Amino acid sequence: MTGKDFLSDQEVRWCPGCGDYSILKQFTEVLATMGADPATTVVVSGIGCSSRMPYYVNSYGIHSLHGRAPAIATGIKLANPSLDVWLITGDGDALSIGGNHLIHALRRNVGVPILLFNNEIYGLTKGQYSPTSKPGLHTKSTPSGSIDHPVNPLTLALGAGATFVARSMDRHPAHLREALTASKQHSGAALLEIYQNCNVFHDGAFDAFTDKKTQSDHAIFLQHGQPITFGADGQRALILEGGQPVEVSLTDRSASECWIHDETDPMKAYALARMVGDIRPFGILYREDRPTFESQVHAAAQNTRSIEDVFRLGRTWTVD
Amino acid sequence: MTDIRQHLVVLLAGDSGDGIQLLGSQLIRAAAQSGQDVRTLSDFPAEIRAPQGTVAGVSGFQFQMAAETIFDPGDAADVFVAFNVAGWIKHKHKLKPGGLLLASAEGFDARSMAIAGLAPDETPLEDAKHSHQVLELDVKKITLEALKESALSTKEKNRAKNMTVLGVLTWMYGLSPAAMEADLSRQFSGDIGEANLLAFRAGYHLGETAEWTAYRKEVPQRSAAPGTYKTISGSQGIALGIAAVAHQLGRQVLYAGYPITPASDILHEVARMRPNGVLTFQAEDEIASVTAAIGASFAGNLGITASSGPGISLKGEGLGLAVMLELPLVIVNVQRGGPSTGLPTKMEQSDLLQALYGRHGEAPMPVLAIKRTGEAVDDLQLAAKIAVEAMTPVLVLSDAYIANSAEPYRLPSPADWAPIVPNAVQGQAPYSRNAEGVRPWVAPGTPGGEHRIGGLESEAETGNVSYDPANHQAMIRARAQKVQAVTRFYGPLCVEVGEAEGDLVVIGWGSTYGALRTAVENLRAQGLGITHLHLKHLFPLHPDLKPFLEGFKRVAVVEMNEGQLLRHLRAEGICSPDFIGKTSGQPFGASELQARLAALIPSKS
Repeated sequence: MTGKDFLSDQEVRWCPGCGDYSILKQFTEVLATMGADPATTVVVSGIGCSSRMPYYVNSYGIHSLHGRAPAIATGIKLANPSLDVWLITGDGDALSIGGNHLIHALRRNVGVPILLFNNEIYGLTKGQYSPTSKPGLHTKSTPSGSIDHPVNPLTLALGAGATFVARSMDRHPAHLREALTASKQHSGAALLEIYQNCNVFHDGAFDAFTDKKTQSDHAIFLQHGQPITFGADGQRALILEGGQPVEVSLTDRSASECWIHDETDPMKAYALARMVGDIRPFGILYREDRPTFESQVHAAAQNTRSIEDVFRLGRTWTVD
Repeated sequence: MTDIRQHLVVLLAGDSGDGIQLLGSQLIRAAAQSGQDVRTLSDFPAEIRAPQGTVAGVSGFQFQMAAETIFDPGDAADVFVAFNVAGWIKHKHKLKPGGLLLASAEGFDARSMAIAGLAPDETPLEDAKHSHQVLELDVKKITLEALKESALSTKEKNRAKNMTVLGVLTWMYGLSPAAMEADLSRQFSGDIGEANLLAFRAGYHLGETAEWTAYRKEVPQRSAAPGTYKTISGSQGIALGIAAVAHQLGRQVLYAGYPITPASDILHEVARMRPNGVLTFQAEDEIASVTAAIGASFAGNLGITASSGPGISLKGEGLGLAVMLELPLVIVNVQRGGPSTGLPTKMEQSDLLQALYGRHGEAPMPVLAIKRTGEAVDDLQLAAKIAVEAMTPVLVLSDAYIANSAEPYRLPSPADWAPIVPNAVQGQAPYSRNAEGVRPWVAPGTPGGEHRIGGLESEAETGNVSYDPANHQAMIRARAQKVQAVTRFYGPLCVEVGEAEGDLVVIGWGSTYGALRTAVENLRAQGLGITHLHLKHLFPLHPDLKPFLEGFKRVAVVEMNEGQLLRHLRAEGICSPDFIGKTSGQPFGASELQARLAALIPSKS
């Protein structure tokens, strides 16, 4: 099957120019490349622009309630752990109304990639500030600028005990395909934040990181075991000083003296996740192997009782 | 000479740390095993260890044992076992004149009197002697004496006081000490198990040697139907029903819950029983427990969830989704006193209107009510059958009374259960409908069945998103008609007792059953014409209900609320009944209902 074969017959109704189109394209291509079976693929979503995606994918799909997709997905995986379940959500869906469910799906390690389309705005309700919006953002609900301190999806995920934490972007198709593939290959809950441009209500929110002209100076593309470098000439690098990332130049020192990315180190992952300024990491920040929730629940449910034994449990007596 | 009684009502009351509920459950199991019919009523505070010795901290357990079939735990007690003076003060009006008060001396000392709010010069035991028999026992002394060799601490030894009382009562009511010891040995081991047996024996021997034959009462055996029995609570009945459903359906059941009194026991019981084909999931909140259940149903399992009023409110959004998706789901509401946290351990039937109407949008769903513990299994099976075979959420109403009320239960034969058969036809559009208006249930994993469903309105047949006005109206009606058609699963309208026409028919639902049935039987024994109807199906109502009621001059509704079934019957155009309600958190007693019903019966003059 090709990527196109994974598109349903439904008309896609996102705004022209929306970043969601690219994500849908890369997603269906990854399904094709990974040899996904439409019969065992289930796309689960909550509510919001991102959450319309199940309707457009030729597989099983459920467009559920605002914020509740992690709980729906947990029920599906408990019912049938062999299904290939994907969870589609957005910043409002996952981090505001559904924050509790996200935390618990992550700490339980339910075997589901969680694709969090972050556009730092409420799109489908027509432009209110979201829990990831930067302070001062002028929106319909914050005409004088928003006040809330934003939530950082990556530190939240690490704090919740997530076993896979990564970031990618709509405008870098190759990186996004790689990140989607890695998130699916991870057996447990995989949080993949995807910077997604809402060209109607918050256009250009991530331009510094996604625009080809500025990207190299703002986006660090992490590679496990490799020095953390960036910049047009690859000469900018990071070192860790007292747990803080500090920029250095490779003209002064060798790459091997720099911060070597180790996606198994939770403290280093946290330091990377805390980089919310002009320079931000993309790729896999953290990965660990831990048994999935559904596998543990099913393993624990092995010594069950027959229906006759269940009814006879406890003190019984017989009347002849 | 032993006093032989057809009925005996015993009330146990004391501190919530005195082990009253355990003592009660031991006694009723023994009574049921010796062939008596048993009904119980628990009354305990919401706090785990409420302030010791206070009236607010009193835990009560009442039971009736009888040589014939009974329906309720009895009104007035023949015997009152008071572990402390607070328990006595709170419930003393429930002891019959001439009845026996068995008082634990320690619980009536000066300190206990003070904590219970009595003045030092008050003499509750002396006062009781004016109208009751009083037997004062130094339970603490007897227990500590029996355990003087035990390695346990004094505090731990004191905990065995309920076992001493168990021994006394086992002797007093002619129950088998060997069976009781065997039952205790199964539950307790080590030093505590040993101490419990020693205390039990001390109490039993005291009864034998003290020549209290004047207090001895025995209830003869009744001839129960042949079979294997055990005692179950309503929560256990619901848990067994969940196990039964997985067996009948041949698919896994996901039971998803979140801790809430008094529904938590269902989760505990299912987890403890570990039935084949049932997974339990303690979710992060009420919303997650209903949505995980919906996810499981989408994936081809049957999702079941339970809660109590406030939790059902939180699940309301999910119930709307389940209606829209047309997936099977069973929701149990173990009602309690509300609104809000209300009276979490007390009974009320005040969530009926929530069950019927408490959702956004046009979202009808079948609602049925469990009337007693012994029917909980059957009712869960019926709810699941309707949910699966009609592809709809089904709401089952229970309450705090049923949850904690125990009965002897004859074990069913699983081989006799009919399978639950879903409309799993393949190759049909996801929102096509069969003759009963039911869409197919095709789970992910089925090749060729790929489809997308969601909370947005579905186009008829395809299930694709549709904003078409005519489609929305048609889908609302299709969902409503499908729910109306579940009356095909109903049995005949069942009269509990009485005639098909007459002066008065009284309608109840849910846990008022026992007291109402007893009250009606008593009135009929006095020659009054009265018929008792107890509704299992609250929505849709039984199609024969309205024509049946037309045979009566007067209809009365009895319920533990301010008139919810009353309003429902009026709204549905069934009738406009008289109303007998109560919302004190305490159940109706049979004699209370008898008096209120008698007042409605037209005078024959």
